Amino acid sequence: MTEADHSIHVGAYQFQSRLFVGTGKYRTFEEMRDAITASGSELVTVALRRVNVDNPHEPSLLDFVPQTARILPNTAGCYTVDDAMQVAYLARAAGIGTLIKLEIIGDQALLWPDPIATLQATERLAREGFTVMVYTTPDPVLAVRLEEAGAAAIMPLGSPIGSGQGVLDVSSVNLIRERVHVPVVVDAGIGSPADAALAMEQGADAVLINTAIAQAGNPVQMAAAMRLAVEAGRLGFLAGRMARRPRAEASSPSEGMVAGRVGSS
Amino acid sequence: MSTFIVNGEIREVSDALTVGDLLDRLSVSHQTVAVMVNGAIIAREAFATESLHERDAIEIVRFVGGG
Repeated sequence: MTEADHSIHVGAYQFQSRLFVGTGKYRTFEEMRDAITASGSELVTVALRRVNVDNPHEPSLLDFVPQTARILPNTAGCYTVDDAMQVAYLARAAGIGTLIKLEIIGDQALLWPDPIATLQATERLAREGFTVMVYTTPDPVLAVRLEEAGAAAIMPLGSPIGSGQGVLDVSSVNLIRERVHVPVVVDAGIGSPADAALAMEQGADAVLINTAIAQAGNPVQMAAAMRLAVEAGRLGFLAGRMARRPRAEASSPSEGMVAGRVGSS
Repeated sequence: MSTFIVNGEIREVSDALTVGDLLDRLSVSHQTVAVMVNGAIIAREAFATESLHERDAIEIVRFVGGG
């Protein structure tokens, strides 16, 4: 057994899989269900929106989320602390536990988190007994402040939501990892399995992926690819990367060369 | 007949004395939604007993796909 088999703890919740997935932007609920299954994820994000009162019999998303996965409601679309608090209370009233993905946006075009409102809401939600997973900027100092405020997980963005640009400041993942004790989850911007593996190699405890799977040519296949990438990156992190060197260092012995072949191609 | 503001739209609904009644009249499942009346969240156990009044603003929400 390798260390990668250790589970990840978020507050009182425990997950074997280090891949968390979103449920937005799928072409059909069936495709979403199959992708979640292929991802092996045990934590899936959802949003809270008004019921279409003119069409109350629309199928419910929750009917298509595998029973093995826990629901993580988000506060997507909120721009103030009060908005986020209201969504969190509503999500709790819907009866799926204390987990909440806090997301307060400060810039609409970038969907960039508002760090000040996010810190304030983290404090309030934690005080009210929520298990707060905080979507935030990749800022090592803010990460420490969020943990002090009661965050159960720090979720720095890799690049803007839905952009698929990857993890633009990969070194920040490691800097945050070194400074907080709660899990660090790279959330937003991951576009490919390579991005996911790189984030995990840098010490992320998990990654949260939505668009890269949902909008892939074949979402179910991509979900399986992301699962493997997350496992590979995690194992690589645990194994410990070799040191980088400025020049070559031969892998084959430099002694005992067959004389006549020296210099030959 | 009572007039409520349901999810931001004015609606005439008959025989809706409680939150539970309103959900039934609108054919909305009690199990998959959360409800707010005039800004106050109503626990699911209280749907059947929470009284509604003329012009109450009611929000009925549920989970949808999101990241």
